[in-house]
Amino acid sequence: MSSALPQVTAIARRSVVRTSRQPASVIPPLVFPVVLMAVNAGGLRSSTDLPGFPTTSFLAFALAVPFIQGALFSTMNAGTDLARDIQTGFVNRLSLTALRDWALLVGQLAGVVVLGIVQVVFYIVVGLTAGVRFESGIGGIAVLLVYGALVALSFGALGAWLAFRTGSGETIQALFPVLFVFLFISSMNAPRNLIGVDWFRIAATLNPVSYMIECVRSLIITGWDWQALGLGFGFVILLGIVSMALASRALRTRLTRT
Amino acid sequence: MEPANGIEVEGLVREYRKGPRAVDGINLSVAPGEIYGFLGPNGAGKSTTVHVLTTLLPPTAGTARVGSYDVVKDGPKVRSLIGVALQEAALDPLLTGRDHLRLQATLQGVRKDQRASRAEELLHRVGLAEAADRKVQGYSGGMKRRLDLALALVHGPRILFLDEPTTGLDPQSRTALWEEVSLLRREDRVTVFLTTQYLEEADVLADRVGIIDRGKIVAEGTPADLKAEIGRPSVHAIPRNDADRPAIGEFLSRFGEPLDTTRDVAVRLREGLGLTDIVRAVDQNGIDIVDLELRAPTLDDVFLAKTGRTLEGAAEQAESEQDRP
Repeated sequence: MSSALPQVTAIARRSVVRTSRQPASVIPPLVFPVVLMAVNAGGLRSSTDLPGFPTTSFLAFALAVPFIQGALFSTMNAGTDLARDIQTGFVNRLSLTALRDWALLVGQLAGVVVLGIVQVVFYIVVGLTAGVRFESGIGGIAVLLVYGALVALSFGALGAWLAFRTGSGETIQALFPVLFVFLFISSMNAPRNLIGVDWFRIAATLNPVSYMIECVRSLIITGWDWQALGLGFGFVILLGIVSMALASRALRTRLTRT
Repeated sequence: MEPANGIEVEGLVREYRKGPRAVDGINLSVAPGEIYGFLGPNGAGKSTTVHVLTTLLPPTAGTARVGSYDVVKDGPKVRSLIGVALQEAALDPLLTGRDHLRLQATLQGVRKDQRASRAEELLHRVGLAEAADRKVQGYSGGMKRRLDLALALVHGPRILFLDEPTTGLDPQSRTALWEEVSLLRREDRVTVFLTTQYLEEADVLADRVGIIDRGKIVAEGTPADLKAEIGRPSVHAIPRNDADRPAIGEFLSRFGEPLDTTRDVAVRLREGLGLTDIVRAVDQNGIDIVDLELRAPTLDDVFLAKTGRTLEGAAEQAESEQDRP
């Protein structure tokens, strides 16, 4: 029987190659979050004058958002691709080889992580080019790369779960906007303590996405805020564990091979 | 000792939760190195049988051994022995032919230093060397089928399952694929389990044919034996005026039992009668026809004799049943 590492590598390579050959899957996750960030940074610049705003650069404040938004985009694409593989019978083709079940999931997610890291590098370069100073320095940038990989892995597993569960790319595309609601009802545009509307502040406080954004944001504008890092890593790891468990279970149901 | 590359199936049943019994207690045996044609209309149970034999679906009841391994207990061992080209080619349109072969070779455990050469060898074998580095989305139907066959062969399987490999192909591509399959059997002694809805394909390629209808095998044997079982030829007349069909049908029924055909009026000749008897009678009675043809029994006749329907009619019926809400 074939060993697992080449299988994982081959599946991951295929995932990266096919994504890189679809400009429509590569460009929007990179460009759209940056454009939205630029628009927000232009329109909300005066927010930095509010007493208690944590930085004088709204761009530095907003740079955290693309990290999460880009991950949502790319994992939606990864989930849709996987669902399409199920619909077209490509997963059956893979099932007929010596591929181990878990290697299919891990390989697919490894591809998502590689693409996630590429995105993070892009956002960091955009930030540096725009003059954003990373308060946590080189070490913080390294942590951002690790965090970006974890976010891609967790959201990727969520996409894989939806793909294995529904087997329909259309359903995944219909479901993912729901996840974007979590992004918008978060601290993406203002620190939670400065949100004036009570229900919004409470919703943002209960929303795990707020802590993911604040984790990234702390590395950019604060330095080493261990509480923000702990909460951010904690929530993303929790999401990852739950998503992986769901995806593994859905995979076993989907692959009925003996 | 290497496992034998035959197939043994006993009482195989596959039921879908909310659907019909797709495979209904079939028994079959395929000898090592044999090409077995599994013939039947759409929805007869051919693809479900292939899915069970290739370990993609567990059977509801019965046993199946492929290459002496049980498909339920020894799934991974069965998969290591077989090559499969399913009905839907299921290729990634964004990968090239070479990408596909490398991926498949890796997943099938072909040694790293052999993957590139194996891919090259297969690309040449199926005539895709020039198109190897083009994305599959630009391939024709025939090229996709050939790539699919190459993928099925990447690890040198001893048993090959081909599920309707030539459906939708032009005659030239079909013939090329037939030649390749024959070559595999002749040179590599590969056992081939081939499903098809084309009579000619089963006739030309298969050593033995199993005819399946509504999940049951209704006839099995060599094409020659099956046709000999029917024995008598049929006579087909095309009336000059469509309105004369009933009268001509009645006239021809004096020479044998009427056949249910749509294109012409036909009877299966009674023992001892020949075309000359009919020609003489047509002449004497002034029957107005444009063509009269004597046909040797075909596998379609076998299907008709066993099921009361033609293959074409059965396919249309299956389609209308699928369309029904």
